[in-house]
Amino acid sequence: MSTVTVSTGLGHAGAVSLAVCVRGLQRLRARPVLLIPTVVMPVFFVISFTGAFSSLTRIEGYGTSNIFNWMAPYAALQGAVFAGVGGATSAADDLENGFFDRLLLTPGSRLPILIGTIGYSAVRSFIPTTGVLAVAALGGLQLPGGVLGLVSLFAATAGMAVVFCLFGLTIVYRLRTLRSMMIVQVVGFSSMFLSIGQVPIEFLDGWLHHAARLNPLTNVLRLSRQGFVGELSWDLTWPGLVAIAAMTLVGGLSALRALMKMAP
Amino acid sequence: MTGSGLAGVMTAGSQTFELARRSLVGERRQLLSVMPGLIFPLLLAAVYTKQFQRVLDMPGFPEVDSFLDFILPACIVQAVSFGATAAGSELALDIENGFLDRLLASPVARGPILLGRLAGAAIVASIKTLVILAVFLVFGAEVAGGLAAMLVMVLVAALLVLVIGGLAQVMAVRTGSQEAVGATFPLIFVSIFMSSAFFPTTLMNGWFRVVAEYNPISWVINPVRRLVIVEWSTADALQALGIPAVLALGTISAAALALQQRLTTP
Repeated sequence: MSTVTVSTGLGHAGAVSLAVCVRGLQRLRARPVLLIPTVVMPVFFVISFTGAFSSLTRIEGYGTSNIFNWMAPYAALQGAVFAGVGGATSAADDLENGFFDRLLLTPGSRLPILIGTIGYSAVRSFIPTTGVLAVAALGGLQLPGGVLGLVSLFAATAGMAVVFCLFGLTIVYRLRTLRSMMIVQVVGFSSMFLSIGQVPIEFLDGWLHHAARLNPLTNVLRLSRQGFVGELSWDLTWPGLVAIAAMTLVGGLSALRALMKMAP
Repeated sequence: MTGSGLAGVMTAGSQTFELARRSLVGERRQLLSVMPGLIFPLLLAAVYTKQFQRVLDMPGFPEVDSFLDFILPACIVQAVSFGATAAGSELALDIENGFLDRLLASPVARGPILLGRLAGAAIVASIKTLVILAVFLVFGAEVAGGLAAMLVMVLVAALLVLVIGGLAQVMAVRTGSQEAVGATFPLIFVSIFMSSAFFPTTLMNGWFRVVAEYNPISWVINPVRRLVIVEWSTADALQALGIPAVLALGTISAAALALQQRLTTP
């Protein structure tokens, strides 16, 4: 008679998380078409926003004289939102094709499934960020903040991917359909618009000014953009990091709660 | 026209009406899928109006009281684009589930199969345009061209649906896949951004400006915008209606040709 040893230690949890993350990346390699919305849309955003709104830099008080420096981080964060949604979509796909039920039936904690999926989203976010930077560099993107500016952009985009993946997973674990991802996409897209994506906060009037001030994504945008419009400053860094940490905590708890309630 | 010719036209008209009605019933059943196409352009208009207020003082920007007036035509075109591919998607679905084969086996003329769905989508676009106009007027937008200009906007919306819907039907007939038809939407979305929809081309630079100036969407939006912010002009109205009418004729003819080829190819 053979015996099956079930490992439930930290090492096992790490191995499962890694396996879920790698599986997502392998799916991406097997179906490169999945990359199209992740890469093409943010690249399109950086091209169209810099092209259509290039004259905004002529207005006094606009944060930079180079429109690419303003719009590239914004487009990269939009790409990160799509990357996060893409991670949740892979879970929705697994739910619809029955693979997720098999995952739920395996012994051990469910937390590594969640960690692996958000890890996949974070890694995936590097692809649109790199794509946007490459296109913006062709247009004349500058980096006065140096390497640390790049680090803060990549950290912010990875954080946004994690946040929107967790939000997407909360919805997917509850509704169990691929179609429910539309809700996450609309929320992600709209919340980015209700911030300082295209103009500084001083340019915003009325209700939009209040909405942008309260929107946590405004601080994330400041964090990601600071290295492209000047030197890095701790005053612009910590609010962004706190916003990402708070949204991750809230999203993580709600996604974990929904996952724990799931029955195969 | 001979008696039998007139009867044929009457029959085709009634078949088109029935298929348009079927399309409208389908839209009503999926009202939730229609709403994003209305809400997203309105949200974008609301945001842009509040964030681009300082732009109004820039040299080269058209004289307007509010960015709301400037963005009205763009909002309509964007709302229309959301549902415009529906005529193609429905046709692809009919091909996928075999309904088209049953239609073709029945004594329905070929024209109404395409036109019915397009007419349904055009009616939905007209309703969307009326809703957008009402919302804009409530929030203080002014249409300098008056009621006549508003009527032109409703007709332009309907014609644009025929253009985009005709294109989507070509894709549907050639591929028989809803997914392939859906792929045309990002192209239209991109085309709207690369036009004068959200900013005047005079304030754009380089190759982007050239693309925007030669984009047919700009050729439609610019005269409609003049009707909104300047005054009524018959020449502008004719340009706004004429360009999509000619384009619609082209795309619908292409769809009819594609259907004919599908039927004759073994």
